[in-house]
Amino acid sequence: MATMRDIKRRKASIESTEQITKAMKLVATVKLQKSRTRAENSRLYFNKMYRTIQEMLKKSQGIEHKYLKAGDSKKKAVIVITSNRGLAGGYNANIVRLVAGSGISMEDAKIFAVGRKGRDGLSRKGYEITADYSEVINEPLYSDAMQITKELLALFEKNEIGEIYLAYTSFKNTVSQIPKLIKLLPVDAQASEPADDGAEASMQKPDLLLMNYEPDESEVLDAIIPKYMSSLIYGAFLEAVASENGARMTAMDSATNNAEEMISKLSLQYNRARQGSITQELTEIIAGANAIEG
Amino acid sequence: MAETMKLQVITPDQEFYNGEASMVELNTADGQLGIYPMHIPLTVAVLPGVLSIHEGSEVKKAALLSGFIQVLPEQVTILAEACEWPEDIDGARANEARIRAERRLSENSAEIDVARAEAALKRALVRLSLAKE
Repeated sequence: MATMRDIKRRKASIESTEQITKAMKLVATVKLQKSRTRAENSRLYFNKMYRTIQEMLKKSQGIEHKYLKAGDSKKKAVIVITSNRGLAGGYNANIVRLVAGSGISMEDAKIFAVGRKGRDGLSRKGYEITADYSEVINEPLYSDAMQITKELLALFEKNEIGEIYLAYTSFKNTVSQIPKLIKLLPVDAQASEPADDGAEASMQKPDLLLMNYEPDESEVLDAIIPKYMSSLIYGAFLEAVASENGARMTAMDSATNNAEEMISKLSLQYNRARQGSITQELTEIIAGANAIEG
Repeated sequence: MAETMKLQVITPDQEFYNGEASMVELNTADGQLGIYPMHIPLTVAVLPGVLSIHEGSEVKKAALLSGFIQVLPEQVTILAEACEWPEDIDGARANEARIRAERRLSENSAEIDVARAEAALKRALVRLSLAKE
């Protein structure tokens, strides 16, 4: 049986770990509230953008456009959004697993990593990391999304990549975050599922109207598709940050609970050990006294 | 004919404007465009310019930097990558950006991205023109 000193030392170490996890949980909670509001604010823009694109594609079926068909290259670019820091439960591992199990073969994949954890996880598995934008995820800006879009579209037009995917964690609520892999380019109608449509959708009846595009459809598509991509990427950044903090909060909460449980177990053990040693001392004293008397 | 239409200006970070308007003016790929209620359905790309929102006799102005606009007879939606009220514009910073862009353009070397510098210059000019008023 462990001695009293050992138990005491162990308990002290768990107590200090608990303080850390508790503090991390508090920090994650505050950050979550902030990032969640940002993610929710951006959803409006994203949903509207998504609907507009889908309406356009529905109406202009059969239109020939470079962004609407896959390139000749077999290479597939995958933007992988994870976090720069660990201790967030399965958050990063889930994304790595999703990409590895997505059916995109390792030789064809070009990884554009946003977040160190995903970059390291995938490069350990043998994926080729083409570019690394890990700094971005600390403080995602819309201009970062525009920059990434620009670079990817340049590669797409040079035919170095044929398709573009985006892997991120979508934020459902504090306890549930879902890793998702969506196709950015080529854009196909109804490829990605629409983000929760509000009541707004029923307000408009675009099918009854004939939409005009100026100067013409293909030029409008030229202008809109890069914006559509940026908005998807930006939305994914914000959702990912919210998810990261949500995942960390949950992970740290259960870590704190586990620590508390262990501390109470150790306290019990400590008290038993103390009682045990007192009983033993008493027995020894009584035995000694008896020996003198006898 | 309806007197006003619904106008919604949305940026990636927030809903910038949501309200009634009797006319909207802005700069598009096809030149200046003014939209009254009951306009035919239209989708156009937006270029950097001043967005004027007329509401009765009141006119609100904002710097609209890039995006696109979707017009339906009673509803106009502008999806903007950036949009700012004049009071939120930092005049000194915009002026610096203008000088930077002009310098880059006048250097005229092969390394610079002319289109990008021009876009930056346009943005700076739009911001400045509003900030001065």
